[in-house]
Amino acid sequence: MRYLPLTADDRRAMLAAIGVETVEDLFRDLPASARIQDPAAAFDLPDHQGEWEIEQALSALAGQNLSAATAPSFLGAGAYRHHTPAALDYLIQRGEFLTAYTPYQPEVSQGTLQALFEFQTQVAMITGMEVANASMYDGATACAEAAAMACRVTKRKKVLVSGSVHPHFAETTTTFLRYTDCEVEVLSPDVFGLEDLLGRLDDDLACVIVQTPGFFGPLKDYTTLAEAAHEYGALLVVATTEPLSLGLVTSPGEMGADIVVAEGQSLATPPGFGGPGVGLFATRSKYVRQMPGRLCGETVDVDGRRGWVLTLSTREQHIRREKATSNICTNSGLIALAFTIHMTLLGEAGFTGLAELNHARACAAADALGKVKGVRVLSQTFFNEFALSLPKPAEQVVEALAARGILGGVPASRFFPTYPELAEVLLVTVTEMNSDEQVAALVAALTEILA
Amino acid sequence: MTTLYYTEDHEWIAVDGDVATVGITAYAAGQLGDVVFVEVPDDGKAVSKGKEAAVVESVKAASDVYAPVSGTVIEGNQALVDNPALVNESPEGDGWFFRMTLSDIGELSGLMDKTAYEALIAAAG
Amino acid sequence: MSTSVTTLTGNRGLQVEEKLIFEQDQPGRTAVDLPAVEPYLDRLGGLRRRGAIGLPGLSEPQVVRHYTRLSQKNYGIDTGFYPLGSCTMKHNPRLNEKMARLPGLADIHPFQPESTVQGALKLMHQLAHWLKTLTGMPAVALSPAAGAHGELCGVMAIRAALEARGETRTKVLCPESAHGTNPATAALVGFEVESIPATADGRVDMAALKARLGPDVAAFMVTNPNTCGLFERDIIEISQAVHQVGAYVYMDGANYNAIVGRVRVADLGVDAMHINLHKTFSTPHGGGGPGSGPTVLSAALAPYAPVPYVVEQADGAFHLVEQVLEATASGQQPFGRMKGYHGQFGVFVRALSYMMAMGRDGLFQASGDAVLNANYLLARLSAALSPSFDGPVMHEALFDDRFLKDTGVTTLDFAKAMIDEGFHPMTMYFPLVVHGALLMEPTETESRESLDAFIEAVLGLAERAKAGDAEAFQQAPRLTPRRRLDETAAARRPVLRWTPAVE
Repeated sequence: MRYLPLTADDRRAMLAAIGVETVEDLFRDLPASARIQDPAAAFDLPDHQGEWEIEQALSALAGQNLSAATAPSFLGAGAYRHHTPAALDYLIQRGEFLTAYTPYQPEVSQGTLQALFEFQTQVAMITGMEVANASMYDGATACAEAAAMACRVTKRKKVLVSGSVHPHFAETTTTFLRYTDCEVEVLSPDVFGLEDLLGRLDDDLACVIVQTPGFFGPLKDYTTLAEAAHEYGALLVVATTEPLSLGLVTSPGEMGADIVVAEGQSLATPPGFGGPGVGLFATRSKYVRQMPGRLCGETVDVDGRRGWVLTLSTREQHIRREKATSNICTNSGLIALAFTIHMTLLGEAGFTGLAELNHARACAAADALGKVKGVRVLSQTFFNEFALSLPKPAEQVVEALAARGILGGVPASRFFPTYPELAEVLLVTVTEMNSDEQVAALVAALTEILA
Repeated sequence: MTTLYYTEDHEWIAVDGDVATVGITAYAAGQLGDVVFVEVPDDGKAVSKGKEAAVVESVKAASDVYAPVSGTVIEGNQALVDNPALVNESPEGDGWFFRMTLSDIGELSGLMDKTAYEALIAAAG
Repeated sequence: MSTSVTTLTGNRGLQVEEKLIFEQDQPGRTAVDLPAVEPYLDRLGGLRRRGAIGLPGLSEPQVVRHYTRLSQKNYGIDTGFYPLGSCTMKHNPRLNEKMARLPGLADIHPFQPESTVQGALKLMHQLAHWLKTLTGMPAVALSPAAGAHGELCGVMAIRAALEARGETRTKVLCPESAHGTNPATAALVGFEVESIPATADGRVDMAALKARLGPDVAAFMVTNPNTCGLFERDIIEISQAVHQVGAYVYMDGANYNAIVGRVRVADLGVDAMHINLHKTFSTPHGGGGPGSGPTVLSAALAPYAPVPYVVEQADGAFHLVEQVLEATASGQQPFGRMKGYHGQFGVFVRALSYMMAMGRDGLFQASGDAVLNANYLLARLSAALSPSFDGPVMHEALFDDRFLKDTGVTTLDFAKAMIDEGFHPMTMYFPLVVHGALLMEPTETESRESLDAFIEAVLGLAERAKAGDAEAFQQAPRLTPRRRLDETAAARRPVLRWTPAVE
């Protein structure tokens, strides 16, 4: 087997050096009743296979999926398809990045550490915050951790989740805090961005969590909410599932957010059926010791040269154990690397330019779609994703579009099956990857389906 | 007149009437290595004998500092917040952690004096 | 004696110094070409961002050079032996990367209609089948994103099961050698943690455990093989004792590489175990993730598995159950959702590609070679180093710093000297149950030649330490892009981002 270098001669010599007869002798501590000697008899699984057999099998599975490589895709709802420059995939596959471990020995990990320091800086910059960590698993768990952190910082127990927040973020937060003494209240879906959060603030609140752009598209200025929350001693947590929006829209930091969390997938990797992504987490410097996750910090070595190390580790599980800020260990290093490489390739001009391009294309598409008979554009403001109201259930329309080879949008009912008033709402995303021809094809197909 | 007592957890307590200053010993500071962060208790906080009152962190470890006796915190040493290195430089002087009033002078009788403490750390090797 | 070659630039041959990207900024420069945007009426509601963000501008050649140079300062499995204990740094096959990048697997969206992603759902189903078959467990939760997340899944399922029985139990027991994630996880689920001591031979003290078990105990979290690399031979008796008081057995599967294919954990009485796909199943560590921590569950805990999960329908189609309401309608009682979307799908593809490459025969051989390699290290290093326990060990060997007594060389110094010799050090100072621990896990993908080279170097260093050359160790490493870094300063005055100089 190609990944197992030991030969029969090697094994013989090694067993002799150890002083046992067979490899099985080394497993003597396994209970006899449970020990397996013959894998063929024990497991209904295939034996080893060569590369092309595996390629054929997995290509067959891949072939059963309709991918955006062949079908125009207008899907969002928390996962967004952007172009990643060719150089990125080559760089993250360099073995020294791909096969390295967590940088616990900094002298042989300066590559990872410097990249993390740059990542932390870029995340802080785009979110408008003072400090960011070296990543979480994804946006949803980052959101849950932000809620837990707010409870620690304020020493309060109530968390309020706006109806603008992605339902998976809300559910993950609720689950994460389920067995603590914190309570999470999730408001009903807020299609138009009209919910009243100011009226729900009180002295028991640890934080209020909002999302921009909202799940249904709308952009809101949360400055007033931030000020009001602070008067009550509560924190404002702002989430985003589309970090590209930060290239065009006022940052949460400028609005007064205390913690910003995001799903970084859109700028790091293709949608990939939803994972792995990368959780971005940024906050104010004064809260840094309550922040979960790894942190990379600058220092010098014995020769006085600048270098980087993981720092403030006493917050983490391997030291603080049951008093740790979180149990997180492995995070999302390689995807964070992909994110930072992409941001570096983009630079200020590319990041803001790409954001502008997305919004411009989305505006044009919204106009065109709004002209289709029976279709109403529900979002007054948006970044690259907006909500449409259709004259038929959106789920049916999406199936009909798929039958025509178009991935036309995500029905809100997929996330809110118990809200009949949302059955006709379709979320449509338009990015730089959607050409004029693709948009025209969507408009034509929709017209036909709704006729 | 100030009397110095020690605990098995390597805290020292300097008692003057019913007011005391608490810190960690030079031995403890040496074991910890470079102190990078200290969390001192808030003024007015009630502390109980043997329960956590403060936290001291080095790069690789976080340790609880326990209250040697019960009482109320008068003040935490704010100098440690800006300069945690004081704990290493002067653990039994300027590196004090907090001052407190004692609620039960009787608890002092369970603590060690300097000779007993020195014997303890000598035995630890 | 440190290397005294100095250069004008500070570069050292192939080791090139590389500034931060922020120090290479030229405004307006970028590595992408975007089409022009014609003037249009925006829908930003007046929330257009004003002011610069501060992101630096570099061209593609500069960016490629930047990250190439950074990569050259890193050690990886591709570079050499990486014997970190309990991390299972085995070779990361490139076929896995190729498979994960098939457009039909990479360029699919989590919220496409199910009929358009049957291949993806089937892949998840197949991965689940491999994990359930190997472990003998009836159910698996695929969504946890890493090992610690899998622990959280298992312990939450346990709490959900207890609550469904109408019971409130407040304690979780862990061996004193447990990894920090175990008590951290238990605390997140509202449990208090108590430690169970070990016997002189490094295993859980059964008498102490039995004495402590009672109706207030929710679970015993055991790592097996344990963090000392030893198999808990009494595991069946342990599980029986735990079940007898109505508690559950959580097994930390970080060390599963030692026993994969050699035993079904179901036969050991386990109720939940997380599996680290990025350890046992070869998916890359990526400098700190992403991982994937699917958690296998017993029949007792299966009803509480979180959403989402894949089911095979009567007509052979695959369906993803995403909503708690749908799950409860079919009789499940999920405790909730652990993360966004469907789990670490890209990691699933890589792991399945590896499982197919190895097969049941290859996995059986892999655990055998992993254990053989670790025992070989133990046998060859026992005389010169101080093994903490008698063998045989499983996939990793634990030593402590008794062999360095009176040399003035610490475990840390020894590890740093190994770096100059071209090896990544083993895990240091973990587990905490021995002094100055050195924990080595070679894995099965190391050749004998590689092990012998490592052994020779370690023996040579041990000899040098005992000969009294402490200063050489304290000065190490000398040959790396950076030498020992000041972690105290980094913690006392944290600088966690670049900041522009104030004009």
